[in-house]
Amino acid sequence: MSAPATAPGAAPGARPGRAEGRAWGVRDLTVRYGRRTAVEHVTVETAPGTVTAVVGGDGAGKTTVLRALVGAVRPAGGTVTAPDRRRLGYVSAGPGVYPDLTVDGNLAFVAGAYGLTGAAARERAAELLARTGLTGARGRLAGQLSGGMRRKLALACALLHEPDLLALDEPTTGVDPVSRAELWGLLTRAAAAGAAVLLSTTYLDEAERTAFVVVLDGGGQLAAGPPDEVVARMPGAIVEAAERPAWAGDHAWRRGRAWRAWVPDGVVPAGAARVPPRLDDAVVVAALRRDGAAGAGAGAAGDGNGAGGGR
Amino acid sequence: MTATAGSDRAGRAVLEAVGVTKRFGRVTAVDRASIAVMPGEVVGLLGANGAGKTTLVRMLLGLLRPSAGEVRMFGSAPSLETRRRLGYVPQGRGLYDDLSARENLAFVDAAFGLRRDRRGSARASVGDGGRPVGELPLGVQRRVAFEAALGHDPDLLVLDEPTSGVGPLSRARLWDTIREAAEAGAAVLVTTHHMDEAEQCDRLVVMADGRVRVEGELDAIVGGEQAVEVRADRWEDAFAALDDAGLRLTLSGRALRLPGGDADRVRRALADRGVRADLAVVPATLEEAFVRLAAPV
Repeated sequence: MSAPATAPGAAPGARPGRAEGRAWGVRDLTVRYGRRTAVEHVTVETAPGTVTAVVGGDGAGKTTVLRALVGAVRPAGGTVTAPDRRRLGYVSAGPGVYPDLTVDGNLAFVAGAYGLTGAAARERAAELLARTGLTGARGRLAGQLSGGMRRKLALACALLHEPDLLALDEPTTGVDPVSRAELWGLLTRAAAAGAAVLLSTTYLDEAERTAFVVVLDGGGQLAAGPPDEVVARMPGAIVEAAERPAWAGDHAWRRGRAWRAWVPDGVVPAGAARVPPRLDDAVVVAALRRDGAAGAGAGAAGDGNGAGGGR
Repeated sequence: MTATAGSDRAGRAVLEAVGVTKRFGRVTAVDRASIAVMPGEVVGLLGANGAGKTTLVRMLLGLLRPSAGEVRMFGSAPSLETRRRLGYVPQGRGLYDDLSARENLAFVDAAFGLRRDRRGSARASVGDGGRPVGELPLGVQRRVAFEAALGHDPDLLVLDEPTSGVGPLSRARLWDTIREAAEAGAAVLVTTHHMDEAEQCDRLVVMADGRVRVEGELDAIVGGEQAVEVRADRWEDAFAALDDAGLRLTLSGRALRLPGGDADRVRRALADRGVRADLAVVPATLEEAFVRLAAPV
């Protein structure tokens, strides 16, 4: 895997935003499963000490990007740059642990697979257990742990061999906020120690914590860059109103009781209050623009979850 | 923080638990919890795993009998009759995967004794071509589940992580639907782990250890909570210094955030390692406030 898997005829992908020392990732990636195109022309990169997020809903292509990065699926186009498999840590979506093994058994099995033995390996496992609050659960079967505990165990297993690249597929989905904070502590610590981290999430507030975010939708790339740059690049303006702004048409949505609306040309109508855009506004706007560009005849296509999915 | 269940709200609540306790053997899952959802109001119920959220909701729905205290749905104990006025969307969506969207909705209509055509509703936009619902994109499945739950114009909606797993635009559209129901007068109770959803609610109820720890509007919950934001040339060094000092911290872009706002302690931990950084005390996010409130004592 250390040599990039380059498909013939792959175009060099446009690098999104800044690209300082992005060592690992996929560039201009296209993956097909049979006739279905799962992702097309997607570029996601991360580097040592950097946490990058791939964000999108179900069917956006997040899992495919991670699977391509760790060599579990062969790209139809583009390049994949990843460290040797032994320097890679991967947590797939789902439990990510062996349910019939105990917590200790899971760690021992993974340690064996990576050839980690001796006191140092045991110390590392004990430290990860302490940091995940799992020390008291060492003898429990992984299948009997709560969802949050299972995800923490999966991350501990992936961190055991101190990988250069950590690929995490929805590490916090279904995890309560307290466990989520612990998971973030753990992966931030890995990044601080020099690991490159790529994680996927369906939540923008989570993606906003990372240095670089790539928004996927229906297998395509909707936006990419550091979160504040994605917001800064949003064309037009966002306004807030107590009532649905009649002029906004489909370009209005709710936040709590209030309405938010996108003004494409930035000329705020009288009576509307301009507010600073947030990352979720910028992403909704990107989806609206894409749907607009896809043609009004198709109707409101949603965002890959709405109607249709792959395009 | 604002008015608790009971007092001035009593009698008007669509859904209400008053001092409800549930014991399983020696374990007290819910301990004297009170909650009320008013007509037209969207209430978010938050809590870590094991906080008692699910048990409380099951009692509110009448699926579990409280060990003590009282649950009222439309002013009386939950029953088949009161549940007719309830729309419920479980996290599993509660659809029949092998049936098409139309068949799912027809089934629900029949169960509620409805014989009307719901053209013009979101059903028209599904356009599934009769495919089994299990094969449709998750966002569409969620919309169908909403349709099923809203079809009988319920006065009460109970939603479990209603927009989990969908993209931002789908999430916004689903919340439009929830808000429309509330504006039409429905009381809405949402349980969620995610702050993107919690901040859509009018009022939040935070549970920990089986009890209602705090309730109120978002601003009141976050209230005076603060965080320290740390910006260093090399965030890795700042992280190592603070992490080794035993401080709880998280990443925010290339900055670090420490919930709690003890800037002096942060400054000392950085100085001990000779790490130069800019510090700012900033308002906490809902998630930061929540983790502090919801952490088991």
